Amino acid sequence: MLYRAEITVGLKKGMLDPEGTTIRRALGHIGYKTESLRTAKQFLIELDAGSEEAARSELDEMCRRLLANPVIHTYTIKLEEA
Amino acid sequence: MRFAIIRFGGSNCDLDVYRVLTEVLGADASLVWYKEELSGFDGVIIPGGFSYGDYLRAGAIAARTPIMDSVRRMASGGKPVLGICNGFQILVESGLLPGALMTNRYPRFRCEWVNLRVDADSPFTSKFGAGQVIRMPIAHMEGNYFADDSTLGELNAKRRVAFRYVDESGETTPGSNPNGSCQNIAGVLNEAGNVLGMMPHPERASESILGGEDGRRIFESMVEFAGSL
Repeated sequence: MLYRAEITVGLKKGMLDPEGTTIRRALGHIGYKTESLRTAKQFLIELDAGSEEAARSELDEMCRRLLANPVIHTYTIKLEEA
Repeated sequence: MRFAIIRFGGSNCDLDVYRVLTEVLGADASLVWYKEELSGFDGVIIPGGFSYGDYLRAGAIAARTPIMDSVRRMASGGKPVLGICNGFQILVESGLLPGALMTNRYPRFRCEWVNLRVDADSPFTSKFGAGQVIRMPIAHMEGNYFADDSTLGELNAKRRVAFRYVDESGETTPGSNPNGSCQNIAGVLNEAGNVLGMMPHPERASESILGGEDGRRIFESMVEFAGSL
């Protein structure tokens, strides 16, 4: 079965996000008021797996081993059948 | 005694390190492409640069290349492993050193000379006195060292912080911290002390004509240590 995953990797809560702060300031410069802004990186992955659980477990391993750095990141995995 | 200098796609301080080891110190060194075999060496240096364009995270891709398994073997065998700048980023990404190197708190590339205080006894700092203030350049955008409180506690308790950014009198002030690193940390050691990662560039401070020679002492310490094994 082919699955389509959307993985979002962002900094852990409370960690400084200088890029986010800079972008938020720039939004302010062009007139937008925001209460907060955090940056995150998104990975769109298609993979073939025997079941949804198998797909999720493999994606989770990819996050832990490469896509995210467990020292500073948290991640979420959204998964659907392609 | 032979030292390896690993080259990844995007390494760019490899020749500087090679020059210091071979021409300044008269040691035997080889430039080793990351797909080549890493064997028969007494120490290894992972030089600075922008391996794989800093894709994903600085050092993340290089840290997962097979040659890093050989580096891990050398590290567990007690041989000296030195990661400079991008090399430091690769060592933390590979798990050989704790913590992470994040974007500088003020997100810009900093290229300037800094003062460092030598805070640990190690195979890389034996030519310095305890607490000595030395000078060398930094050149990075992702040098903001982060580790959680328990890791920082462990690093401090075991004296594994090799260098801190300080002012001229050796004090760790906010103004002397160029990138927002936790506790002004500029370099850390592994538990056994034979793996060092540091953001400053000792190879750029190894000849007086370049403005300073403190960096050379780090390579001299490393060569002496490798010779004593």
